[in-house]
Amino acid sequence: MAHDAHAAADTRRGPRPRREVTTAFVVSRVAVLAVAAALLLYAAPPLAADGSWVSLALLCAASAGIAFLYLTRRFVPAKYLIPGTVCLLAFQVFPVLYTVSTAFTNFGDGHRGDKQAAVTAIETGSVRQAPGSPEYALTAAVRDGELVFLLVDPKTKQVQAGSGRGLAPVTGAQVGITGKVLRAPGFTVLKAPEAAARGQEISKLAVPTRGGVIKANGLSRAVEGRASLVYDAACDCVNGENGPWRADGARGYFVNARGDHLAQGWQVNVGFGNFTRVLTDPTISGYFLGVFGWNLVFALASAGGTFVLGMAVALALHHPRMRGTKIYRIALILPYAMPSFAMLLVWRDMFNRDFGLINQLFGTNVDWLGQTGTARAAVILVNLWLGFPYMFLVTTGALQAIPRELTEAAAIDGASPWHGFRKVTLPLLLVALTPLLISSFAFNFNNFNAIQLTSEGGPFPAESPQVGATDLLITYTFRLAFGAGGAQFGFAAAISVFIFALVAVISAVAFRRTRKQEEVYA
Amino acid sequence: MKLALRHGFVLLMCVFALVPILFVVSAAINPLGTLASTDLVPNGASLGNFADLFGNDRYPFARWFLNSVFIALAASFASLMLSMMAAYAFSRMRFRGRRVGLLALLLIQMFPQFLAIVTIFMIFTRVTELYPAIGFDTVWGLMLLYLGGALGANTWLMKGFLDTVPKELDEAATVDGATHAQIFWRVILPLVTPILAVTGLLAFIGIMSEFIMASVFLRDPESKTLAVGMFGMIAGDQRNANFGMFAAGTLITAIPTVGVFLWLQKFIVSGLTAGAVKG
Repeated sequence: MAHDAHAAADTRRGPRPRREVTTAFVVSRVAVLAVAAALLLYAAPPLAADGSWVSLALLCAASAGIAFLYLTRRFVPAKYLIPGTVCLLAFQVFPVLYTVSTAFTNFGDGHRGDKQAAVTAIETGSVRQAPGSPEYALTAAVRDGELVFLLVDPKTKQVQAGSGRGLAPVTGAQVGITGKVLRAPGFTVLKAPEAAARGQEISKLAVPTRGGVIKANGLSRAVEGRASLVYDAACDCVNGENGPWRADGARGYFVNARGDHLAQGWQVNVGFGNFTRVLTDPTISGYFLGVFGWNLVFALASAGGTFVLGMAVALALHHPRMRGTKIYRIALILPYAMPSFAMLLVWRDMFNRDFGLINQLFGTNVDWLGQTGTARAAVILVNLWLGFPYMFLVTTGALQAIPRELTEAAAIDGASPWHGFRKVTLPLLLVALTPLLISSFAFNFNNFNAIQLTSEGGPFPAESPQVGATDLLITYTFRLAFGAGGAQFGFAAAISVFIFALVAVISAVAFRRTRKQEEVYA
Repeated sequence: MKLALRHGFVLLMCVFALVPILFVVSAAINPLGTLASTDLVPNGASLGNFADLFGNDRYPFARWFLNSVFIALAASFASLMLSMMAAYAFSRMRFRGRRVGLLALLLIQMFPQFLAIVTIFMIFTRVTELYPAIGFDTVWGLMLLYLGGALGANTWLMKGFLDTVPKELDEAATVDGATHAQIFWRVILPLVTPILAVTGLLAFIGIMSEFIMASVFLRDPESKTLAVGMFGMIAGDQRNANFGMFAAGTLITAIPTVGVFLWLQKFIVSGLTAGAVKG
């Protein structure tokens, strides 16, 4: 009795409702722990080996946090949001922030590493044969599994062993008539084919000496070289030919009195340098505005053109006595279902001057993608072909949602069909489709494929091979970053930031307008 | 008379829509297999190009096809799941930061991921050093990259759709003792299948055609996707000679998507009107 009363009292007080522990609950918790542990085990060792302690700490904290989140019964919304958010942060937000920070540096070809790496590269790159130094007879050998050079001085016949750590004399070596070492105690001499097989290793090995390094010259000769450019920490400069080259911390280069710089530089913070370069450098700013203008035209023409075409077709089919609409519809949406990358390439080849279908059909010999005007018309035409079925589909859907009574009422009131369309159908369509038009505009503003796979940005004017007539900002950026002219990651990132800003402004304006419009019609 | 005008216009547009496709078909069955010898009307029929496509040892087309289909299927499925889960939380739960989160998604959605291609390249250079299994030249790395754009692309659309599903349904389930996970899997998911089908299909097609990130990411011929591989097939001086093979490949790539497209036609119109955009 007492026991029962106690239980009843418990219920009355209403302790936290306990859900029973089901099998599914246990299994899912174990699975969560297993996944977290597996991720940690996979991801941690490389970070530890690399000594990236900050990343390692972050990783541990993140996996612990995720394990905790899915073990507890609380934080239900976070359980659903975290997986997508992690991906979003890692592969979209972080790259964007990283882009912004890269835009303030000169990172790119010639500016990849830090200053120390640049000094090492300059010194090893400037090694020349030291004047008056002997040309050693070289025998490649192995000691304890490590490749070493057995070097015979041609005058003194003295034998030395050279490894990555330096030179050491060798006693008891037997030298043949060619000057090569036949055998030496403690060494395994490599025969010619064996040495040839390790040719790459041999040409890479550099034996440090007091004033320079000894490197192999072929498989049987070695010479001592000296760096003609040597870094001097005292003056923070590189001494040598045409020098001294003084470190210019603002540009990340070693510069001499004449204003030249060594090819190898290092990564430095250039502040707003890349941004001002876009705006003030005449070889860039002139083109930048041109590219931006064409970019706007292209996006507007693509979004607007596809909408007008698609709507026209949808309106033409939207008639109660129209026959065969099913067949028409299938034919019209086929371009939308074809793989767009392949069809872009097909269009490129249809515009080909020598073999293309267009010249064949019309009997012309026009270099469509080779002239500014025709190339621009061509890429817009191609984009219309790709995009109008989408607009056709969405306007068909939107038209079906507009009650027929509205247009009929307008007709009874004496409105001409055109008038009825202008004043009734179009405004209602626009309410439904403006968000789609905006996203279509934003999509085409950065429509990389449509340009890169057809005209590749060309035709290029003779005086500036960097910027073509059909280049969008995004294809231009891509060429700067990965093109043949050498990678300029920092500068390309600065242009990306400009595109970010432009897209943000355009979208903000567009969304404000839509909201106003919805207030009017809703 | 007016009806005839309508037919005329629509027929004209059909011609515009079909000519390039007809050209691809004609090129694919063209026995000579070159661009120069391809006409709009096939001047012969052979399956030689298809045989070349699978038989040659320079272009592992079958491998590319598998890579593409695998990446597209897995990434579009995973990205649907991620955005569906987020949409469920945003639509059915009230929590701190909900409004901010929704607005942030709207903002992020405006920045296409490939604008950051330069730094993505730099990040993955480092990832490749540490974890070769998800670095360059692997399908897994590329898939992870595509998942980064998952939340931005579809969450709003799905949240809008979920908002139209009556809340009473999951309240009833709660009363019956269902947990939030059971409601999500057993109640919500079955109800939103149509929109899932359409957005899934569009994500699939979009990933199949994605070129810029894949071209930076995949350089080893065996790991390429169709978009990157077939681009290389008609690059430079092979442009004329390999065109027949390329066209055959295009048709094979198109068959599954065109099929599903025609099958889902009805859903597609409603899904698109709700705001799905082909990537």
